[in-house]
Amino acid sequence: MKIIVLMKQVANKDAVLRIAGDEKWINEADVAQQTNESDGYALEEALRTVEAKGEGEVVVCTLGPAGAKSVIKDALARGAHRAIHIVVEDSKSLSAYQVAKTIADAIRDENAELILSGLQSDDASYGQTGVILAELLGIPHATIVIEVDRGSLGDTLRVKRELESGWYQWFTYKLPALMTIQSGISQIRYASLKGIMAAKSKPVTEVTPAIEPFASAASIQKVYMPLKTKQTQMLGNGDAKAGAVELVEKLRSEVRVI
Amino acid sequence: MSILVFIEHKDCVLNKTSLEAIAAAQAIGKDLGLSITAVLPCDKDCSLAQDIAGYNIEKVIVAKNEKLGTYTPDAYADAWEQVIKAVNPQYIVMAHTYQVRDFAPKVAARLGREVVGDCIRYRSEGGKLVLTRRIFLGKLDADVAIGGDAPYFITFQSGAFRGDSAERGSAAVETMDVTVGDVRMTPEAPFQEAKASVDLTKSEIIVAVGRGIKSQENLAVAQQLADALGADIAASRPICDSEWLPIDRQIGSSGQTVAPKLYIALGISGAIQHIVGMKNSGTIVAINKDAEAPIFDIADYGIVGDLFEAVPVLVEEIKKAKA
Repeated sequence: MKIIVLMKQVANKDAVLRIAGDEKWINEADVAQQTNESDGYALEEALRTVEAKGEGEVVVCTLGPAGAKSVIKDALARGAHRAIHIVVEDSKSLSAYQVAKTIADAIRDENAELILSGLQSDDASYGQTGVILAELLGIPHATIVIEVDRGSLGDTLRVKRELESGWYQWFTYKLPALMTIQSGISQIRYASLKGIMAAKSKPVTEVTPAIEPFASAASIQKVYMPLKTKQTQMLGNGDAKAGAVELVEKLRSEVRVI
Repeated sequence: MSILVFIEHKDCVLNKTSLEAIAAAQAIGKDLGLSITAVLPCDKDCSLAQDIAGYNIEKVIVAKNEKLGTYTPDAYADAWEQVIKAVNPQYIVMAHTYQVRDFAPKVAARLGREVVGDCIRYRSEGGKLVLTRRIFLGKLDADVAIGGDAPYFITFQSGAFRGDSAERGSAAVETMDVTVGDVRMTPEAPFQEAKASVDLTKSEIIVAVGRGIKSQENLAVAQQLADALGADIAASRPICDSEWLPIDRQIGSSGQTVAPKLYIALGISGAIQHIVGMKNSGTIVAINKDAEAPIFDIADYGIVGDLFEAVPVLVEEIKKAKA
C-alpha cells in the first residue's frame, strides 16, 4: 500500500518571534526551523500502518523552500521510502486552497491509498489544507484522528476521531482516504544511525509548480503582537484576606454571580 | 443579501457555541445591513428549530435528509452546498468547532472558496470584513482580508462572542428537503472514555487549580469555593498529569476550551497552553503568590497572595452574601 504523508517545516515552537519589516509575517532569517509537530505524528502512523500491512511504501511530500529539505531528510531517516519536494520559495504567501491545489496537482498521479497529514500547522494554523486536498482529489477525509485501528486494515480503515469535550467516535473509511492526525497519537520513533545513512540514497523528486492565482485567497494585511485587552484590578494590596473580601463585593456588584 | 449561520447539534441538542455564532452573525448583520438565516441539518423536523427561531434572525431553515441524523462530512457537505446555492448568502458564519473544522473547508472548496478560520474578532472596512486570527500558536495576531466574490466563509473561536448576548426575537421556520449522495464513511456511536465525565464548556462558573494547590488533599479547599459558588472544578495540565483530577477536568490546548461567565484560577501561573483554553471567559479572577505570573495579564481581578489564606475568607464571605 502506498501512503503519502504531508509534512511542513515551521518555526521552532520556542523561538522568539520578530515581526518582519513589511509586517505581514515573521522575520524567518533568525528563527530555527523544525518539522510541524502533528505532521511528525502523521509520519509515525504511516510507518506503523505499512509495517502492519507488511508491504507498501511511505512517500513524504513537502511544499516549501529549498531549506525545507531538512524536514524531508529527517523523515527519510526515520523510515520513509522516498520524497516529493514541491519547491516554493515564498510558500508563506500561499493561501490554504493554493497549497492544497498545488499538492493535489503534484501527487494526483501517485494514486495513493492513504494520505496523512498533521491536523494543522503551528505557524499559519489554517487547519484546512488536508480537507481541501481530499475534496480536490475526490476522496473522503477524516480530521483530528487520535487512533488508527490497524487490525481493520484492508480495503477499508477504521479510525477514532476526537470530538469535543472528551467525546470520541470511530469511523470506517473505504480507501483511498485522507486523514489528519492529532498530536500525541503515539510515540514518535527516533532516526537510527542506519536510517540516517540509508536516507542519503533514497530518492527525492523535486517539483517546481506553476502556482495558479486564487481569487478567493485570504491575505494577511498585518501581523502584530496580541493586544492586551484587559485592565486588571488588583485587590487587597498584597493582603490575601483583604483581597478576598474585596473580591466578594466585586462578584456581587459587578460580575453578579452572587 | 444575507448571512447564513450554522447551528450545530447532536440529536437536536444544541451545541452552545452556535449561540456565539448567532451573536457574531447579528453583529456583522448590523454592521453590513444583512439579514440572518440559521441552518440546522437534521434527519427530521428538528425540535431545536423553534428554540433557534426565538432569536433575532429572519429565518430558520431545517435542511432535512435521513442521512443527516448522524454527522458525516460527506452528508453535511452535500446539504450545505444546496442550502448555500439556494440562499445565495454574502457570509457564512460558524463557530470554530471540531465538526465545523471537519466539513466547512470541504464545502468552501467545492464552491471555489476557502475558510477564514478561528477568528477572534472582525472590523468592517469599506463594506467588507477584515478578520483577526491568532497565528504561531497564539503568539501573534494577524489581520486578514478576504478575497474574491461572496460567499465568504468565516469561523470564530469559542468565546470570541458571548452566546448569552445573542438578541432574542422571532423568526420563521421552514424545511428544505436536501439531496445527499454517497456517504463514504460509516460512523459508529460517539462515546466518552472517562467515567463521570463533565462538559465544562457548559459551566457558568469554573474554579480551576494549578500547581499552587500543592497536594491532592488541598483540592478540598478549592472544592469548598466551588460549592459556595455552585461552580465546577477544573485544573491545569500538571494537576491532571499527576492524576489528582481526571483528564476530563483539564482546561487548555490539550484539554477543554471553556468560556464561562466566571473563571477563578487558583495557583495557576498562566502558561499559554492553559490560557488558550480559558482566555475567553467572561470574568477572570487570578489568585497567585507570584505578582509576575502571566495569568495576571488576562485577569480582570487579581489577588497577589497565598490562596490558602484567601480562599477560606472567600468561602465565608460568599456564604454571608448569599445568606
